[in-house]
Amino acid sequence: MTTLVLSSLIAPDALDRLIVPLSGALELGLLYGLVAIGVYVSFRVLNFPDLTVDGSFPLGAAVAATLIVKGVNPIAATVVAMLAGAIAGLCTAWLNVQLKILNLLASILTMIALYSINLRIMGQPNVPLLGQTTVMTLLEGGLKQLPSVLSPFGTSLVLLAIVVLVKLGGDRFFRSELGLAMRATGENSDMARAQGIATHHIVLLGMALSNGLVALAGALFAQVNGFADVTLGVGTIVFGLAAVIIGETVVSGTTIFWATLGAIVGSILYRIAVTMALNTDFLGLETQDLNLVTAILVALALVLPQYKRIKWRFR
Amino acid sequence: MMKPLGLIQPQSDRPVRWPLFLGRSTIAATTLTGLFTYGCGQTATTPGQAKAPAIAVTQIVEHPSLNAVRDGLKAELIQAGYQPDQTLKWQWESAQGNPSLAAQIAKKFAGDNPNVVVAISTPSAQAVAAAAPKLPLVFSTVTDPLGAKLVSNLQKPGGLITGVSDLTPVDKHLQLITQITPKVKRIGVLYNAGESNSVSLVKLLKAAAANQKLEVVEATVANTSEVANAAKSLIGRTDAIYIPTDNTAVSALESVIQVGVQNKLPVYAGDNDSVERGAIASLGFDYYDVGRQTGKLVVRVLRGEKPGEIAVETPTKLNLTINAKSAQQMGVTVPEKVLSQAAKVIK
Repeated sequence: MTTLVLSSLIAPDALDRLIVPLSGALELGLLYGLVAIGVYVSFRVLNFPDLTVDGSFPLGAAVAATLIVKGVNPIAATVVAMLAGAIAGLCTAWLNVQLKILNLLASILTMIALYSINLRIMGQPNVPLLGQTTVMTLLEGGLKQLPSVLSPFGTSLVLLAIVVLVKLGGDRFFRSELGLAMRATGENSDMARAQGIATHHIVLLGMALSNGLVALAGALFAQVNGFADVTLGVGTIVFGLAAVIIGETVVSGTTIFWATLGAIVGSILYRIAVTMALNTDFLGLETQDLNLVTAILVALALVLPQYKRIKWRFR
Repeated sequence: MMKPLGLIQPQSDRPVRWPLFLGRSTIAATTLTGLFTYGCGQTATTPGQAKAPAIAVTQIVEHPSLNAVRDGLKAELIQAGYQPDQTLKWQWESAQGNPSLAAQIAKKFAGDNPNVVVAISTPSAQAVAAAAPKLPLVFSTVTDPLGAKLVSNLQKPGGLITGVSDLTPVDKHLQLITQITPKVKRIGVLYNAGESNSVSLVKLLKAAAANQKLEVVEATVANTSEVANAAKSLIGRTDAIYIPTDNTAVSALESVIQVGVQNKLPVYAGDNDSVERGAIASLGFDYYDVGRQTGKLVVRVLRGEKPGEIAVETPTKLNLTINAKSAQQMGVTVPEKVLSQAAKVIK
C-alpha cells in the first residue's frame, strides 16, 4: 500500500492531481472555516440554533459582488458585505429577544426574507465576477513572487491570513469581559442576568458577530470563485455544523483557543473528505452521496455528546 | 468540554447504551483512513490510459433535462469513435445543486488536467472558468453566456471557452402564439425571479414583444406552491399565459393548465415536454439534441481546434409540438396551416 502511495506521488502528473484538488479543498475549507467560527459563536457559545447563515452567506456574496461590479474597491465592498451580514444577524436576534419568537423560527424567518433581499440586491439571480478586480486580483502581483511549489496555494495563503486574524481576534474577544459575559449568557441566561449581564444585548451582539463572519465568508467565496448566486447558501448551516463537530472530534481541548482552532480544522477536514469522495470509489461512495454522508455525520455527532454526558453520570 | 446542542431532548432517565464503535475517535479514524486510501485511489486509474483523451463533465444538479444533455454528449462522442473507458477517459460529477461543491469539482478537474472540460449549466461553467482557466471549456445549457461573463463575443469567443447556449427562441414563440390566437394582445409570463435563465428569457421576451406590439404582464413565484396562485392572478389581466423554460413554473405546470382550462385562457410553453403535459403549443428543442450538438463541439476541440475560434451555438433543431386536446379545452382552434407544420400533434 505504501509503495502505491509513493509511486503515485512520484509521477509529476499524479502530483498535480493530488495538489491542485487539495489546494481547492484548503481554499474552501478556510473559507468555510469563517462560517464554522460563526456557527460556533451562535450554536456553541450562545446556544442559539441559527439558520440565518443560509441567507447571510449569499447575502455577503451578493453585496460584495454587486458593489465590485459597480466599481467599488473590493476591500471596502467586503467590509460592507460583512456589515450587511451583521445586520441580518441583528434582525434574527431582535425577532427572538424583543418579539419573543422562538429562536429557530426567528432565524428561519430572516433566512426566507434574505432570499428576496438578495435577489433585490443583485437585481438578477447570478452576478459574475470573472475578470473583475477582487481582493484576490489585488494581491496577484504579490502572489506571483511565491516559489513555484507554493503557487497553487496562493489563494489559500491569503485566506489563511484572514482566518488566522479572525481566529486570534475572536479568541481575544472571548477572553474579554464582554466575551465572558457572552459565554455566561449561552451557558445559563438566568444566572447571567442575575449577575447583572444585559443578556438581550449580548444575544444581539453575538448574532451580529456570527452572521458578520458568515457574510465575510460569502463575500470572499464570490471573489475567489468568480460569481455570486442566489442559491449559494444551500446547506451552509449543515456544513458549518459538520465543521464544528468534526473539529471537536479531532481537536480536543477545553479553551476557546482550541475550540476555534477545531472549527477551522474541522472545516478543512470536511472539504478534504469531499475531495476524497470526488476522487475515489472508496466504499463505493460518489459525489451524489455526499449530502447523505454529511447528514449522517452531523446526526451522529449531535447524538454522541449525549452519550458522553450519560456516561459521566454513572461514573 | 462538549455541550449538547439542545436540539435533542433527553428522552428518559434510563441510560442509553451506545455501541462502542460509535466513538468520536471512529470518525477521526474514518477520515484519516479515507485520506490514506485517497492516495491509493489515484494510481488505480492512471496506468494504461496515458494516451486516451480525457474529458471531464460537471453538472450543477441531476435533472431529467440536464441528464439528457449528458447522455446526448456521450452518444455523440461514441458516434465520433471515442469509446468511454476504452479510447476515451470519461469522468462525470454532479454538484447536487450546491455551488460550493461545483467550485470544488472544478478545482479537482484543474488537477486532473483533462483535454476538455464540459460544464452543464451556468454556475458549473463559471466555477470552471474561475478555478481552471487553463483548461479548454465547452459549456452547455448556459442561457446567457455573455451575461454570465463566460465569453465576450458569441461569434469569436477567444481564449479557451466555447459552447452551446440553450436560449429558447422567444421571438419565434411570440409569433407562434399570435399565429394560433391572433386576438392575444397581453401575454402573462409566469416564472421564478430566482432563476437566472428565466430572468434572461423574460428580458428578451419583453424586447421581442415590444417589436410585435404585444404587452407582457409578469407574475413571479419563489417556489412551486405559489404557481397556482400566480396563474390565477393573471386571469383578466392577460389574453394568454406563456411559461418559459423555468424550473419552478414547469414543475407545477398542471396547476397553470387547470387555470387555463377553467378560464378559457390559452397556455403556451417554451418546451415541448410541457405541451405533452397540457400546454397548447411550443417550438422547442430536445435537451438530448443539445447534448449531441455540444458533443460535436467537444469532438472539434479534441481534434485540435481552438475553443476560442469556435462560435457559440444555439439549438439548431426546433420542433413544433401542438396539443390539440388542450387547445380545444381552452377554447382555441388551431389553424390548419399551423397544424400542418407540426412535428407532433397530441390528440
